[in-house]
Amino acid sequence: MSQLSFATLPLLSITTFLPLFGVLAILLLRGSEEGQARAARWIALWVSLATFAVSVEVWAAFDPTRADFQLVEKADWLPDFNIGYHMGIDGISLFFVLLSTFLTPICIVSSWLAVTKRVKEYMIAFLALETLMVGMFCALDFVLFYMFFEGVLIPMFLIIGVWGGPRRVYAAFKFFLYTLLGSVLMLLAILAVYFATGTTDITEALAFNFPPHLQNWLWLAFFASFAVKVPMWPVHTWLPDAHVEAPTAGSVILAGVLLKMGGYGFIRFSLPMFPDASANFAPLVYTLSVVAIIYTSLVALAQEDMKKLIAYSSVAHMGFVTIGIFTVTPEGLQGAMIQMLSHGVVSAALFLCVGVVYDRLHTREISRYGGLVNNMPRYALAFMVFMLASVGLPGTSGFVGEFLSLVGAYQVNTWVALLAATGLVLGAAYMLYLYRRVVFGVITKDDVRAMLDLSPREVLIFAPMIAVVLWMGIYPSSFLRPMQPSLANLIERVQVSERAHADLAER
Amino acid sequence: MTSILVTPDLLPILPEMFLGGCAMALLLIGVYSGDRAARLVSWLAVLALAATLALVLYVPYTSGLARNVSMFGLFVTDGLGYFAKALVLIGSALSLIISMRFNAREGLGRIEFPVLVMIATAGMMMMISANDLIALYLGLELQSLALYVLASFARDSSRSTEAGLKYFVLGAVASGMLLYGASLVYGFAGTTSFDSLAKMFADGSFPGIGLITGIVFISVGLAFKVSAVPFHMWTPDVYEGSPTPVTAFFAVAPKTAALVLFVRVMVEPFGGLIDQWRQIIWAISVASMILGAVAAINQKNIKRLMAYSSIGHVGYALIGLAAGTAAGVRGILIYMAIYLFMNIGTFAVILCMRRAGKQVEGIDDLAGLSRTHPALALALAIFMFSMAGIPPLAGFFAKLYIFLAAIDAGLYTLAVIGVLASVVGAFYYLRIIKLMYFDEPKGEFETPFGGEVLTVMLVSALVIMFFFVWPNPLVNGADAVAAALFAG
Repeated sequence: MSQLSFATLPLLSITTFLPLFGVLAILLLRGSEEGQARAARWIALWVSLATFAVSVEVWAAFDPTRADFQLVEKADWLPDFNIGYHMGIDGISLFFVLLSTFLTPICIVSSWLAVTKRVKEYMIAFLALETLMVGMFCALDFVLFYMFFEGVLIPMFLIIGVWGGPRRVYAAFKFFLYTLLGSVLMLLAILAVYFATGTTDITEALAFNFPPHLQNWLWLAFFASFAVKVPMWPVHTWLPDAHVEAPTAGSVILAGVLLKMGGYGFIRFSLPMFPDASANFAPLVYTLSVVAIIYTSLVALAQEDMKKLIAYSSVAHMGFVTIGIFTVTPEGLQGAMIQMLSHGVVSAALFLCVGVVYDRLHTREISRYGGLVNNMPRYALAFMVFMLASVGLPGTSGFVGEFLSLVGAYQVNTWVALLAATGLVLGAAYMLYLYRRVVFGVITKDDVRAMLDLSPREVLIFAPMIAVVLWMGIYPSSFLRPMQPSLANLIERVQVSERAHADLAER
Repeated sequence: MTSILVTPDLLPILPEMFLGGCAMALLLIGVYSGDRAARLVSWLAVLALAATLALVLYVPYTSGLARNVSMFGLFVTDGLGYFAKALVLIGSALSLIISMRFNAREGLGRIEFPVLVMIATAGMMMMISANDLIALYLGLELQSLALYVLASFARDSSRSTEAGLKYFVLGAVASGMLLYGASLVYGFAGTTSFDSLAKMFADGSFPGIGLITGIVFISVGLAFKVSAVPFHMWTPDVYEGSPTPVTAFFAVAPKTAALVLFVRVMVEPFGGLIDQWRQIIWAISVASMILGAVAAINQKNIKRLMAYSSIGHVGYALIGLAAGTAAGVRGILIYMAIYLFMNIGTFAVILCMRRAGKQVEGIDDLAGLSRTHPALALALAIFMFSMAGIPPLAGFFAKLYIFLAAIDAGLYTLAVIGVLASVVGAFYYLRIIKLMYFDEPKGEFETPFGGEVLTVMLVSALVIMFFFVWPNPLVNGADAVAAALFAG
């Protein structure tokens, strides 16, 4: 009861909807275009920082020993249909909320000078995006969840399409239609869940035992949506296009948070609601993940474009996540969670690293650079930390995630673990190769020699990210402890279902 | 036995009589004062429509949704009727409001325009309340004849004349089909009354091939009126050729009325035969959704695009009819209410598309709208995302309730085809957003757009944007109406 003072405030709703007040404030701006742009930047920054502060308060109010949903808020919405406004978080969603609120101010600062046209709209899009992302991770009602989940498409479509690169229209359409195709099938599955359980309340659906034949269909429909989001091979092709064309901050959010929506969906819905189907389809997931890890790593090795390389590496890293999730072991699930959080920060930071040099030279071609260590030592250091975290060097967050995922995989299937482990080697290969080509060597080009090192603003962006990467790598317990009860609960639910089926088979 | 000399209770048809009387009175005013009074007559017509709306809603407000049959069994007033009439009246009034400025500028500011809209609306209200095949036909023709004239209202424009003629010829064929079907039903069943037919088919046994043929012909006639595939051919041409406010009117009011009539005919007299007609509805629903999504992709004219879009939307609404349940009818009513605002709003934007003294209709003309007229672009973007069914906009809820009914009725294949078609359809809605937001401006539109047009646009945009905050009134209203239809 010590948290009574926090619990009485609707902290989750505040975190979710606070950015909308920023949107409103920006909409009301008047005056010269220049002045409006400056005001919009500051408003967006302060609002997103305030949102982050509230979300830290959420973390403080969160009781890490409990497995159930906390800070729950409930209100009537469509009472006749048992559809309600229901928010709450557990150990699984807590850190995704924090990840979203952590990355949004970083995005805004990183676009401070890079975005010069239609600044107001840009800031509005990012604040709206933050509301939708946070709301999605907090929603405990299917209709509410789906609204946030799919609503994300609107600002992201505009961010890619308006502020993106030369092929932005193609990329924006591909992103939108791919994801929409997956999610409409999930919508039908959600409706089927509604008729099976009589409510759209997620907490009740999680405790409901679906008949096995229905489970397979529903699992596939949910899979269609989450597999595109993660993205899993072979539905990953939208990702390189979207990343390459999106503005830097768009890539950051895309890689940092939007990809996690798929993994979150698997853990939140697929495993507990359809445990039998998850067991049935686990080999499929393993196969697709292993293919993704090896294939996209090889593809990354051959890339000439920095952003594309990192985009492909994202697909490979998310392969570890999907393997970890479907092992349904404590190590595998914790590894998947840490891997998602780590990837959320590391890949976001890597895209920012690309953005830094892109802002200076306006090209992402790897061969245009070289020898940056000579004139940009601070940049080289930051890039190195994130590069090594991406490779999975012990002491960084990437190591914890990949190691635990592989431990989980090894318990279930040694072949999967063996093949996935080759991804570590390949990952080291393409990242080190990238780093060597960009940072080391001798400067041969004059424009590269003229590049300036990180500005204070950029240092301000990278410093907290480096801190988080090291924190997660050196002392992962701060992150693991709150999620353990919820994950243990989840594993128990899956095992109970498996045991029930084993008993049935024996009889 | 009621004698024919007894005056029937006229109270149930008071709104229709009032509207018809107002139309006559306004015609008189117009005839005496000439086209100078066009604007005044239009506003008076809006007022009359609003008063009729009040009359329609007075009964359910005071005495509930009880079903009441009057005029010797020809006329029924029930919840479904009140709901649909309210939608039709709102649609007609809003179309009239956005038409005035356009008509004045295009030299169409004649007093016949509002009068024809009122007569057509009275016809729609009679259709909605029909309880007999004869009454159905009378209402339908009253509506259609007024609409034919409206389609060719720009009589100096060959496109408009062509649209009117095409609509007339094809509409006459459809009416003929419907009449032929009605005569077959009468011949085999011996009655045209919906109540007697309903009793006859209550057990759901196979009624014989003659009656089935009759029902098929009636369905064809109605499918034409709602412009469902494969009886949609007239829609793109008529939508493109008619003056834009008329197109807006076509897209909302007659469509709603015809769809509700379709529901009433299928659910009330032929409700027992759902196993017979469900496959017809299933097929035209699938065909409409797919054609509406695919054929719109290559359109260059925005009115033509809206025609294909409306065909697609009818396909979704018909999913609710294929379900044949209270949930399905509820879905249709919610769908049509939201569809009305999305459409009126979109057409209000289209009416603002004017360059160098001429109305422009190319989709390309919207390029860069977000720079030249940001508010206009934002409103249209809201409507387009809503039509694509993206949450949290109202169009998502429209589709949600339709698919809810489909899953409830076990129509899984239909639902899957529906959502897949909606993804294809999303492409062309996105294309408009792409033009407005991603492309370079092509030049500004002429201002001012007109306060009344902007007001209608703003109201529609607010309704679509913030529907999710308080969906209960519409959803619960539709729910009560649909439940009453199946209870009685």
